[in-house]
Amino acid sequence: MSQISNEQVKHVANLARLAITEEEAEKFTKQLDAIITFAEQLNELDTSNVEPTYHVLDMKNVLREDIPQKGLPLEEVLKNAPEHQDGQIRVPSILGE
Amino acid sequence: MSLFDYKVSDLHELLHKKELTVSDLVDESYQRIGQVEDKVQAFLTLDEERARQTAKTLDEKINTDSQRGLLFGMPIGVKDNIVTKGLRTTCASKILENFDPIYDATVVQKLQQAETVTIGKLNMDEFAMGSSNENSSFQKTRNPWNLERVPGGSSGGSAASVAAGEVLFSLGTDTGGSIRQPASFCGVVGMKPTYGRVSRFGLVAFASSLDQIGPITRTVEDNAYLLQAISGLDPMDSTSANVDVPNFAGSLTGDVKGLKIAVPKEYLGEGVSETVRQSVLEALKVLEGLGAVWEEVSLPHSKYALAAYYLLSSSEASANLARFDGVRYGYRTKDAESLIDLYKKSRAEGFGDEVKRRIMLGTFALSSGYYDAYYKKAQQVRTLIKKDFEDVLAKYDVIVGPTTPTPAFKIGENIEDPLTMYANDILTIPLNLAGLPGISVPCGFDGGLPLGLQIIGKYFDEATVYRTAHAFEQATDFHKQKPGL
Repeated sequence: MSQISNEQVKHVANLARLAITEEEAEKFTKQLDAIITFAEQLNELDTSNVEPTYHVLDMKNVLREDIPQKGLPLEEVLKNAPEHQDGQIRVPSILGE
Repeated sequence: MSLFDYKVSDLHELLHKKELTVSDLVDESYQRIGQVEDKVQAFLTLDEERARQTAKTLDEKINTDSQRGLLFGMPIGVKDNIVTKGLRTTCASKILENFDPIYDATVVQKLQQAETVTIGKLNMDEFAMGSSNENSSFQKTRNPWNLERVPGGSSGGSAASVAAGEVLFSLGTDTGGSIRQPASFCGVVGMKPTYGRVSRFGLVAFASSLDQIGPITRTVEDNAYLLQAISGLDPMDSTSANVDVPNFAGSLTGDVKGLKIAVPKEYLGEGVSETVRQSVLEALKVLEGLGAVWEEVSLPHSKYALAAYYLLSSSEASANLARFDGVRYGYRTKDAESLIDLYKKSRAEGFGDEVKRRIMLGTFALSSGYYDAYYKKAQQVRTLIKKDFEDVLAKYDVIVGPTTPTPAFKIGENIEDPLTMYANDILTIPLNLAGLPGISVPCGFDGGLPLGLQIIGKYFDEATVYRTAHAFEQATDFHKQKPGL
């Protein structure tokens, strides 16, 4: 039984904001199916009473004083922006889509 | 003979006796790069003008103020996922092809305080995803020992440049073996420190709960010095650990009498080549000869590490790489009709296949209806893997095994099959999941290709890892061999 369908791969690609062609969808479905099938071996383990480890070190809520600091200069921040105008980053129109 | 055949401590002395200048060291780097770089292809960007200027400034400094730090003037290469202000940083990805960082990573600031000289930025698998450097969008770095073989990955450029004598040492990063595996393939020393030992501020994140920056060097001693310089708590990285940084080099006593070594049977079993197995058994004999004792142990959940790792690292990557959207920085598609279209096309055109595969795998594992079955399950298995290590390290000082199941493979051999490629990392991945420190040191050859011995230590006990690695190195000649480029 396959673990992931062509439709699911297209759905996931959309969630991940990746444009994919039919050809790519087919290729990725095969490859992801193999990887997920491989990952299914984790089900051999009974983990019903096992706490998940999200972080290896025992640290919680690392706090610091809230001291205002100068931000990065606008000119620097915009230096790597593909398109900008009047000190703002430019993108295609969002309204009216 | 190359100047980089000397250790840091020897070069330091020569600089202070005025028998050597920083400019000489920087010359050595660029001359060697001129000789071998068209074969090795380790560098993505060179910073020659600035490096030569820095060398001049440092040479004037030592003339007026004679006592400088140990790393003063040492030429270093930096992996291209560590940001360097004013020096292009690409992560070997088209999406960052022209990215010009506006600040320095904490490790880069620390290198500047130590007064090293940055020679250039080193090739890698795109966003550190890969084990061969074949996933770089720009070039394929070659193994200096055999140009038809991969240097390993993802820090392939970092390991190859050191092995080829292009730099004295380098920084790499390790998420699932990306320092240790290329160090093993290229016959150099590579350390993945304990998670939290080194600040990740300014490291372009792949999997935030696994990534660590670490040193790649010719010798264990140099490795200890370089780790010393980059370690420590950083207010800019709240996952950096508030623990003392001991004098790592001070632990290199050569004395391993009574050291208790655990050898996991899973690390010498199926999939590990006979030559690799023999080289580890020989290494254990050497350590035994020095007074250490070893016993076979079991890390029963080892075989599940690979699956857990790919689910977790890809999940984290899918979130981390969401920032590359063609808006604030990086590549933007030329023909977008809407904002969503701009995101989708910029990412599709900017990322390579392996990165896309992992983003999709991660997005799937985190998506509604699959989260518990894949992401949470993998985190629970991670707990079991971590506990395996903790049980063994409660009774033993270090764990020893091979770094990789085989020596460096041929370019093109595994690239079509992601799962075969992933299997390369079965021996390095488990300790990233646990967050433990581990080193690879040269321990033999197979058909002219280097092999590596992996030594794993307790949390924040890099000192014992270094002591063991150093004692082994001093008792053997493998680290003195050099590729015949």
